[in-house]
Amino acid sequence: MLSAKSNANTSVSYSKRKPLNKTTIIGWSFITIASVLICLFYFYPMVQALIMSFQSGTGTNLTFTGLDNYARLLKDPTFITAVKNTVIYLIIQVPVMILLALFLSVILNDKRLKFKGFFRTAIFLPCVTSLVAYSVIFKYLFGVDGIINMMLMKLAFISEPIQWLTDPFWAKITIVIAITWRWTGYNMIFYLSSLQNIDHSIYEAAKIDGASSIQQFFKITIPMLKPIILFTSITSTIGTLQLFDEVMNITKGGPGNSTMTISQYIYNLSFKYTPDFGYAATVSYAIVIMIVIFSIIQFKVAGEKNA
Amino acid sequence: MLKKLFGYGVLIIASIVSIFPFLWMVVSATNKSVDVTQGRILPGTHLVENFKNLLTTVDIVPALINSAKISISTTILSLLIASLAGYGFEIFKSKSKDVVFNILLLSMMIPFAALMVPLFRMFGTISQTVPFLGIDTLTAVVLPTLTTAFLIFFFRQSTKMFPKDILEAGRIDGLSELGVFFRIYVPTMKTTYAAAAIITFMASWNNYLWPLVVLQSPENQTIPLLISNLGSSYSPDFGVIMMAIVIATLPAALIFFIMQKHFVAGMMGSVK
Repeated sequence: MLSAKSNANTSVSYSKRKPLNKTTIIGWSFITIASVLICLFYFYPMVQALIMSFQSGTGTNLTFTGLDNYARLLKDPTFITAVKNTVIYLIIQVPVMILLALFLSVILNDKRLKFKGFFRTAIFLPCVTSLVAYSVIFKYLFGVDGIINMMLMKLAFISEPIQWLTDPFWAKITIVIAITWRWTGYNMIFYLSSLQNIDHSIYEAAKIDGASSIQQFFKITIPMLKPIILFTSITSTIGTLQLFDEVMNITKGGPGNSTMTISQYIYNLSFKYTPDFGYAATVSYAIVIMIVIFSIIQFKVAGEKNA
Repeated sequence: MLKKLFGYGVLIIASIVSIFPFLWMVVSATNKSVDVTQGRILPGTHLVENFKNLLTTVDIVPALINSAKISISTTILSLLIASLAGYGFEIFKSKSKDVVFNILLLSMMIPFAALMVPLFRMFGTISQTVPFLGIDTLTAVVLPTLTTAFLIFFFRQSTKMFPKDILEAGRIDGLSELGVFFRIYVPTMKTTYAAAAIITFMASWNNYLWPLVVLQSPENQTIPLLISNLGSSYSPDFGVIMMAIVIATLPAALIFFIMQKHFVAGMMGSVK
């Protein structure tokens, strides 16, 4: 009697745990490799970088120096210039690109539009190029004797060539134009995909109510696409804060340091100047902090509109 | 009517702006160096000569082979690892798994610039014990880029719409969980795999910063490193450089055009 009872007890607890056990083990085993690799190549280096940011020295001979690197960071003119440049790229380029991509995707979403496939492919095409390849092409296009200046002069927009790459102001503009060219089509595809999920009858109803195209865009399209706009603005922000390939290959950070980005500064500190891995790690945490701040701001802005 | 014309006008201008640098790149590959610097827009007669000069003066073939090795192995392994994880996260539910998933997603916020120096030191340490995994090896390029939270997220999103009954049927028929995955899930998710393959291949083929850091000897250089070096050399032959850029762009562009339909469908699956 007693043994039968205890037996039943154990079998109950066993069967309770059994399905959990089996699926848990199999489920976990499916995600193990990915989790281990991400810990090994993302989280572990992040911890390493944090430790290194309190160390200093040349090459791999690092000694603990406390907050020295952080004190140096706040007084470092090159770092401050790099942050300024990066923020300028960010606040000009990201909004321009996102509005442009939205605008193009709305036009492309018209059901009666002809040659839709051609336009979509053409505008997405820049995303196929490697960042390095297109940067080198842009360097030649925007040279003083380059094709852009030649065309602008032929069309009489300008009387003498613009110093695209050698003037601090125009060099920044060149970088902004280059990134916009490369990424607008990419963002457009996201908007196009989610526009196709919006029920067309909403627009029909708005039209009957007398809403203009512009009103429809701001009152229907933008609110409906809000989640995807948030997604693309965060990914674009993270991308711009990490800008490296273009600047390295179009202007090399110059003239002076006028186009230098934070990523490029980290690269220079680690592999170009006398290597100071500790200070480079400190600078890299500046990007991490900026990404967190900008992401929180973007979530807040999107969230407040929701309420 | 006016609105329609305006729409077409905008699209035509956007298309011209998007395509022009490509056209100029292809046209320039047929021109002499001088013509390229003078911004010639018409095709020239130097196509064959530029190609010959490219082969004799630049090590483009080894660079293409290195890039192919890296991109193909990265794509195959990434897709396998990420789809297993995406499947695992979506099919087997438990609360702690979602916590793990959210922690993994945080890695998307980590900029590569912050990882570069610690990774370089990590592979430096590995070099001392296992040379074929360390600095200046193709494996060192592949390993850190193998798993991205984005790709796991991508597969998890697409798995949300997967008809779960089919999986259950497979289990009842006696397939193991791996059997269900490879025999049922993988063939059904072709479109998602195609889109993921395009994204991963292009990212890997075009990767610049990490190879720049970790690869040191000239015989290990990849296509983006080669292009970058050509672009900053002192006495460049611009026709040859343009030819090199055309050849470097072709594989990614071809893959994109062949798989374009799958790509758009796959992207839409992940956005829903």
